[in-house]
Amino acid sequence: MDWKARLARWFRQEAKRHEAMVAGYVVPDPIRCVQCGICSYHCPIGIDVRRHAWEGQPVVESYCLTCGECVARCPRGVLRFERSDLLPAD
Amino acid sequence: MRRYVIVGTGVAGIAAAEAIREADPQARILLIGDEPEGYYSRPGLAYYLTDEVPEKQLFPWRARDFRRLGINLWHDRVVALDPRGHRLKLQRHSEPVPYDRLLLATGSVAVRPDLPGVDLQGVVKLDTLADARRIRQLARKAKAAVVIGGGITALEIVEGLLHHKVQVHYLLRGDRYWRRVLDEQESRIVERRLSERGVRLHYRTQAAEIMGRRGRVTGVRTTDGRVIPAQMVAIAVGVRPRLALPRAAGLRTERGVLADEYLRTSDEDIFAAGDVAQVYDPRVGASVLDDLWSVARAQGRAAGYNMAGWKTPCRRGTPLNVTRLAGLTTTIVGQVGQPARDGEDDLVGIIRGDSEVWRSIPDAIVAQEGFSVNRLRLMVGKKHLLGAVLMGDQTLSRPLYHLIDAQADITPIRERLIQGREPVAEVLAEFWIQWSRQHGTQKPQS
Repeated sequence: MDWKARLARWFRQEAKRHEAMVAGYVVPDPIRCVQCGICSYHCPIGIDVRRHAWEGQPVVESYCLTCGECVARCPRGVLRFERSDLLPAD
Repeated sequence: MRRYVIVGTGVAGIAAAEAIREADPQARILLIGDEPEGYYSRPGLAYYLTDEVPEKQLFPWRARDFRRLGINLWHDRVVALDPRGHRLKLQRHSEPVPYDRLLLATGSVAVRPDLPGVDLQGVVKLDTLADARRIRQLARKAKAAVVIGGGITALEIVEGLLHHKVQVHYLLRGDRYWRRVLDEQESRIVERRLSERGVRLHYRTQAAEIMGRRGRVTGVRTTDGRVIPAQMVAIAVGVRPRLALPRAAGLRTERGVLADEYLRTSDEDIFAAGDVAQVYDPRVGASVLDDLWSVARAQGRAAGYNMAGWKTPCRRGTPLNVTRLAGLTTTIVGQVGQPARDGEDDLVGIIRGDSEVWRSIPDAIVAQEGFSVNRLRLMVGKKHLLGAVLMGDQTLSRPLYHLIDAQADITPIRERLIQGREPVAEVLAEFWIQWSRQHGTQKPQS
């Protein structure tokens, strides 16, 4: 990937992150999840994201930083940000 | 107080134990598994091989989770099952173990090909955590490895070995990767990415013999007489349900333990779920094997409810797997089958992360678009979408799963999809927004 593409990607990620920080949380799609634990392992404040994915529950803890580490690291695209005003539509 | 015994500590067994506890708070639940590690994420082993996750993180449950649900966990091997006496005989525990309801969730094991040298030190498979540890240990010293097999597991091993800087020789029996499920372009994308990372692909090549010296692997001799020097040989040619116990007990089996849509076997107090079970699907009128984690979980849960008396048919959803092929996130959903050609198949068993449904050949037209790393293939039926393969960008994978699973009527966009004058992804995205507003998105099955 050249630097332009890298920069563009970084900007996109940042924009998404800011959007999510305003009004979103992390929502799992349990059918895609295989409980590998990469999400929980990378959570900087130790939220057990994997458990949320097992139970099909969004990560609504007020202390979630919505930093996006779990979303970005999940190798199976289980996690996504969703705007809180759209929940619980899914 | 009813006594429930679950044999197998994989996801089907765990899901069953949870369901039994929910339906029968007084139940006595005993979980018996022959792996000392108990319950861990088997699919997560791929990420353990690549150091994306440490070993201890692979365990979703801790001791306190078992305590909370009041589940007894034993490390032992069941050596005999007596359905009449409602008893199990274990290897380590001397007393026979009685049960009122039994679940067989013993999974499957890697097929061991009949190949000279297969017992040599350095020949590996990827079934269990112990196997993954062994691969990591050997990869630290090995210079070169030969990988045999044509599905997801083989590639997981390839990636693990690449991560450990081992030169990988990948033997493909046919002329491309995973012909049963992928189309030619998809295979080529995967192969190209592998070559770029230094994997040597050997097409139309089979191993004739694993060579060794003093009990250790030294290489592979191919059927066309070439010798590939290697210190490791990894074999992933499919898995087979573990049937010794149910067969000896006289339960009805075919390729798996036969179970009805309530997961009940031919014995009314014995149930089966997960890889070991061949479950009747009323929609297709046949009994089907699956090797998908999500299916094993759904079956385990339904089995648990049924064992406890909550009548719950196991509706077989649209098969879905998300995996990584040569570093490329890939979703396979519904029917995407390729016509098989004789002698082209690397797989003798069903593979892990596989569903037989994928290989049923749909009566469909293929609409596709994309370039090397963002590719979408859609199987378009007369009124519905039947299946899809997405590589790279996954934005559409959730919408597609729901549209395929709900058998959404795509008549309004069918022509546009097939004619291909507009980008397929855009047509779909637009349709999805309207459709999901009208129908809501269903809660994904879990």
